[in-house]
Amino acid sequence: MELSLATRTVGEHTVLEVGGEVDVYTAPRLRERLLELIDSGARHVVVDLGRVDFLDSTGLGVLVGALKRLRTADGTFSLVCDKEPLLKIFRITALDQVFPLHPTVEAATGAGA
Amino acid sequence: MATVRLSFSPAPVHVRTARLVGVAVARRAGVREDLLDEVRLAIGEACTRAVALHRQYGVAEPVLVEMSDSGTYAVRVVDRAPIEASIGLAALDADQLANESLNEDELTTGVGFALLAGFVEDLQVRPVDDGIGTEVRMVWPLHR
Repeated sequence: MELSLATRTVGEHTVLEVGGEVDVYTAPRLRERLLELIDSGARHVVVDLGRVDFLDSTGLGVLVGALKRLRTADGTFSLVCDKEPLLKIFRITALDQVFPLHPTVEAATGAGA
Repeated sequence: MATVRLSFSPAPVHVRTARLVGVAVARRAGVREDLLDEVRLAIGEACTRAVALHRQYGVAEPVLVEMSDSGTYAVRVVDRAPIEASIGLAALDADQLANESLNEDELTTGVGFALLAGFVEDLQVRPVDDGIGTEVRMVWPLHR
């Protein structure tokens, strides 16, 4: 399934909804969109992985890149994910200790992430 | 003997094809349904790694994927990059992952290896027997 990207605003948070497959071919588009959002002033970014059905190391690298960029800019970056296969990927790579992970967008935006 | 052999030019767009073929052959061979996500991810990571090495070293030769189902489901992903390029694969801990000085490529490589090691119990990364390159060999049990 092709990558899909949609942005909406929830309070002070910019929510990027990602769907489809995030891999070595599609991850550059995700990186580009995240950079656009940050360059245009978004400082509290939530990436909703709810409709992602494949995520590989390239996609994870892009997400870590955005986290670091926002941290440098005194912003916040968090992920929404409640699918066990994806959560397992975060655990195996130890990235569950790097990203704030929330089960819902409400939890991510309400938690002041 | 390989039941299915696929070779593709080292471009990111073809990695998805390799994943799809790898999972289709795994399903047909009798790999347990609940392992197929891991098979898909592992084949993808091995092919992504091979494509990255070919591009890094300017190797235009194709990446080879061989799938065989005699007794177990065995997948070989063979690259033709200089062997020293493969050394230095290591899983990163959380502090290293969050380290500002680690660039995205290094991080992706480390994370990719962590995924391979984490999802494939029977994993070998070794020099190819003939010529230059490395093979990533992954084996899953069959239930049929």
